[in-house]
Amino acid sequence: MAGSPVQVTGTVLTTRRVDAYHALTVVAPGVADRSRPGHFVGVAVGGPGTSMLTRRAFAVHDVKPDYGGTVELVFSVRGPGTAWLADLRARDTLDLVGPLGRPFPLPRDPCTCVLVGSEYGSASLFALGDALQRRGCRIDFVLGAPSADRVFGALRARRMGETTTLTTEDGSLGMRGKVTDVLPGVIADARADVVYACGPMEMLRGVTSVAVEFDIPVQVAVEEAMACGIGVCMTCVLPVIGDDGVTRMVRACVDGPVFRGERVRFDDVGTIPFDALGAPGGRHA
Amino acid sequence: MRLGAFTTRSITMAPRAGRPTPRMAETPSGLLNAVGLQGPGIEAFLTQELPWLAERGARTVVSIGGGTVAEYTALARRLADAPGVTAVEVNLSCPNVEDRGRVFARDGSSAAEVIASVRAATRYDVPVIAKLTPDVADIVAVARSCVDGGADALAMINTPVGMSIDVETMRPSLAAGTGGLSGPAVRPLAVRCVWQVHAALPGVPIIGMGGVTTGRDALEFVLAGACAVAVGTALFHDPYACPRIMRELEELLTERGFDRLADAVGLAHRPPGSGPRGRTDLEESSL
Repeated sequence: MAGSPVQVTGTVLTTRRVDAYHALTVVAPGVADRSRPGHFVGVAVGGPGTSMLTRRAFAVHDVKPDYGGTVELVFSVRGPGTAWLADLRARDTLDLVGPLGRPFPLPRDPCTCVLVGSEYGSASLFALGDALQRRGCRIDFVLGAPSADRVFGALRARRMGETTTLTTEDGSLGMRGKVTDVLPGVIADARADVVYACGPMEMLRGVTSVAVEFDIPVQVAVEEAMACGIGVCMTCVLPVIGDDGVTRMVRACVDGPVFRGERVRFDDVGTIPFDALGAPGGRHA
Repeated sequence: MRLGAFTTRSITMAPRAGRPTPRMAETPSGLLNAVGLQGPGIEAFLTQELPWLAERGARTVVSIGGGTVAEYTALARRLADAPGVTAVEVNLSCPNVEDRGRVFARDGSSAAEVIASVRAATRYDVPVIAKLTPDVADIVAVARSCVDGGADALAMINTPVGMSIDVETMRPSLAAGTGGLSGPAVRPLAVRCVWQVHAALPGVPIIGMGGVTTGRDALEFVLAGACAVAVGTALFHDPYACPRIMRELEELLTERGFDRLADAVGLAHRPPGSGPRGRTDLEESSL
């Protein structure tokens, strides 16, 4: 059952390099069997007595039943925390909390889905693709990155997807450009019913506006900086429009990370919109 | 094992959207935050959150924050009729809009004014706790003013104001520029404040906080004079920190021969050379 998260001391099973990224497979029973596509885990970095107090949040790339349940995380080294993770070896331990967040909602009936991923954001799309295919959905991939070594999962996408379109900004793999340049063509050719997207905020904004143009639903998984991942610290907020039409500063960790794209006020991310609930001088204040 | 109480984030009259992001920056053994008291406002707190806590049997310390004395008083009045309020903690680190935005806790007389007014509006059997900032020249003077104003206990410390600059963007790391520093980085500062205030006001209960991550840290606050210890930032790292810290603290107290936590409160203030109180009996009986 997907349900309340658990904290476990996992054991690293394998570490590997995947082009520009690191992939870490951790034996984490309890986390693995509860994970659904779109969930993430919070990882403590630096070992006991660490000076790094915040957990690092990573989308779950793969879940396997081996050894009672493993999860695989994909990341790039961006600072001392991820550098410490990249130095882990098999049999090291890792403190994980998960699964966290709200996973991707799945369609009730078979339909055609386009899965869009930028850089290692595509890592969480494969478990989603599996779940969609089990429901009889057709899936098409659009994966992109600035350069070929930063496109994650191209081979797997080619095996799984009805079609796979790759883009790089430098033209080193697939089409030159961004995922949003090719997305309208893919949606039109596949006659897609829904779009799922994972990646940086700017790319999610672009994907959402394409989906809105086609008038099809779009589910986006956002990457916001988090300190705790469990809803306590209130640092991972972004402006999202609720069912009642009111914009609230909601937490990406517990209200997301998956949102309906058209509900996210991408232009206002990083600000408090004047009409948000409780904004300074706003109408609700 | 049971936690003593749960302290809420500071509740305000109106809903607040808080500060823009980024709101958080990690620093060595610390965390800077500028959340800006995001919250649903007192009405939603009373209808949704407080009953939820009460249903789960949590003893709840409700923290309140306001911009004027009248706002703190109104919050205290709203809480006076609400079931399930164990204590009211007054977050005095809010800008006083009637004093050009100067923080209440930096001025003994405005802090005392808030405390007196909240004390008067709160039920007699609900303690009022004044939460103090270390960003003052003389924390003992502010503590004394709060006690004179009617504070039943003192909570210290609130986060000192800090700053970090992102050398990549060459801009402040936080959208708000500055933020409150928490975590083990501030623990020595917090222990010093507890020590000074306990020395000056030994009869006043102190809730010690600031970078507690282990039972050893909690004991340090107790020895400095705190009779209760609070945990905050450690929860971001380890959601189960509280039961672990309690277990570790109990073990440390037992190892040192204490039957009760109360016997260790303020013990570090005893003169050098005098044996640790409470341990003497054990040593004699084990001869």
